[in-house]
Amino acid sequence: MADKFEAHDYYMMDEFFSDEQKLMRDSLRTWLKQEVSPIIEDYYERSEFPNQILKGLADHGCFGPYIPEEYGGPGLSQVTYGLLMQELERVDSGVRSTASVQSSLVMFPIWKYGSEEQKKKYLPKLATGEMIGCFGLTEPDHGSDPGSMITNFKEDGDHVILNGAKMWISNAPFADIAVVWAKNENDEIQGLVVERGMEGFETPEMKGKHSLRASATGELIFNDVKVPKENVFEGKKGLGGPLSCLNSARYGIAWGAIGAAMDCYDAALKYAKERTQFGKPIASFQLQQKKLAEMITEITKAQTLTFRLGQLRDEGRATPGQISMAKRNNVDMALKIGREARQILGGMGITNEYPIMRHMANLESVITYEGTHDIHLLITGMDITGINAFK
Amino acid sequence: MKILVGISKAPDTTTKIKFTNDNKEFDESGVQFIVNPYDEWYALVRGIEIKEAQGGSVTTITVGKEDVDPIIRKALAVGADDAVRIDSEPKDAFHVASQIANYAKENDYDMVLLGKETINYNGSQVGGMVAEIMDLPYISNASKMDLDGNKATIVRDIQGGKETLEVETPFVLSAAKGMAEQRIPNMRGIMAARSKKLEVVEPVDAEELTEVVSYALPPEKGDVKLVDPENVEELVELLHKEAKVI
Ligand SMILES: Cc1cc2nc3c(=O)[nH]c(=O)nc-3n(C[C@H](O)[C@H](O)[C@H](O)COP(=O)(O)OP(=O)(O)OC[C@H]3O[C@@H](n4cnc5c(N)ncnc54)[C@H](O)[C@@H]3O)c2cc1C
Repeated sequence: MADKFEAHDYYMMDEFFSDEQKLMRDSLRTWLKQEVSPIIEDYYERSEFPNQILKGLADHGCFGPYIPEEYGGPGLSQVTYGLLMQELERVDSGVRSTASVQSSLVMFPIWKYGSEEQKKKYLPKLATGEMIGCFGLTEPDHGSDPGSMITNFKEDGDHVILNGAKMWISNAPFADIAVVWAKNENDEIQGLVVERGMEGFETPEMKGKHSLRASATGELIFNDVKVPKENVFEGKKGLGGPLSCLNSARYGIAWGAIGAAMDCYDAALKYAKERTQFGKPIASFQLQQKKLAEMITEITKAQTLTFRLGQLRDEGRATPGQISMAKRNNVDMALKIGREARQILGGMGITNEYPIMRHMANLESVITYEGTHDIHLLITGMDITGINAFK
Repeated sequence: MKILVGISKAPDTTTKIKFTNDNKEFDESGVQFIVNPYDEWYALVRGIEIKEAQGGSVTTITVGKEDVDPIIRKALAVGADDAVRIDSEPKDAFHVASQIANYAKENDYDMVLLGKETINYNGSQVGGMVAEIMDLPYISNASKMDLDGNKATIVRDIQGGKETLEVETPFVLSAAKGMAEQRIPNMRGIMAARSKKLEVVEPVDAEELTEVVSYALPPEKGDVKLVDPENVEELVELLHKEAKVI
């Protein structure tokens, strides 16, 4: 079915965006409607990432939009980054995930903590999609508590020797490089770039996901991998390194989730106006109107919250607590809207004729990765009380 | 080839149409404007393709006030080299055509490419008027154009078929579907558009030859009447007496 999505902007938020931002967003939307919407259900069903769209994603600035021009990026604002992520997730959270990982989890740390040589070597190729990256933080036994990770490296002349394993890594099966977080000999967390082809490095795919099926997820296995010392990020030590990447990605997810919510709402609103039961469109029943009215209210609240967060981030003032609040609120909002919207479509809601069930299933990953729903609440709790309730 | 392409705005196809000023004016408030698709997808893209194949330049021309600048920027993002805006409200076809013709005459183009019509007014008048004022050949509704030196072979859509013509530059052409394929601006194009020149030019005197008396919406669609497939007689009767089509 042709993608007839229309964006919803109840509070005229578009007036805050420049003509150029809107052109970037709308061009991406047009491209996605033509090239990605028609194939996404199929790839989702087959549990495959459509690799052929990588170049288009790069052409539309989805890989590192805020990376400065000297490193091959367009040097755009955080709000623009958000708008692009919103469009991507409107189509599929898996597609947005690939772009989030590439931008916030791979390009961002290289840009912030990498050496000049690393930036020159990797960033331009990552921006064009010629090179794809992944981000290894989570381990089989260390998810919400990455600080307890066991992956580690030891010095060996002009190399380090990396050992350990990462799990749940988006893009891993086809990534050319991995930004890996591991402990050095002083037990400090440090990042390093591992390249495909290095001996002892493997990336088996994880199968059997009921969610985020159009995104490839895998493990990273390191058996005495010899990594040149120049691949280690000397610019940052400690958990703050990976956490700053997560902040950037979570910020993008806050925007992305609005996209998924809008797509569900749009499908439900149209369906409710067209579907007739008891001689009337189902949109004329109060129970259905309540659902739709609450959906647009929640979407509008999320849009205002997230735009303000974008402003703060552009000014370099957004705190991790503020980002957590938006990620948590928006993903939960989108998931609830997905569930309600699915019901409005009755039986049709569970089919792949409509995007809702796919969004719903995808959002179950989104509400878990990049800090679970619970963990973000603990972050807010700690922020307002000053008391750590994690341990 | 030195190419001039006409670019105008048109409301997004999902716009809810309303009128103001005693139904004499289209109400633009809250309307999302796009580049008129015949201008963008066909005239502009074909112009850019010709430039890419054999060099030259593509300049866009728009008659309008400042509010059309975003539309012009999009045309630049698609790949035009520079743009001209004639600073005047585009009220009627003759006024618009006079502005375009005057600018084109002064700046010597090999071809002036326009869309076959705008999707809101469907007037199809500007191209013919531009050609007439400039005293150049006019090829309307063109769906294909090949170039060999300064000779163009052009296919036109005509009722029930196609007509193939040859014409030498300079000429004026209005483009229809088939002339080229839509190009979606990419990030590089959008960023490059920032620094491309958009020249604002004062209009020349040109009267408006027409005046809008009123606009009206089409009548609302009536209910569908379902006829049993067995009951052909009733269908014929309804088509004859109610719908009055047979
Ligand atoms: C599809 C997908 C893609 C992913 N991609 C990546 C990737 O690219 N890179 C990467 O590094 N990781 C990735 N992840 C991993 C993801 O970040 C983790 O799944 C997430 O951090 C949660 O860790 P866990 O699954 O081990 O759950 P756990 O940490 O075991 O949590 C289980 C439950 O316990 C709760 N819990 C944990 N600690 C506390 C506490 N202190 N107080 C209260 N409740 C608590 C959690 O909220 C959760 O509900 C991905 C995950 C998925 C599903």
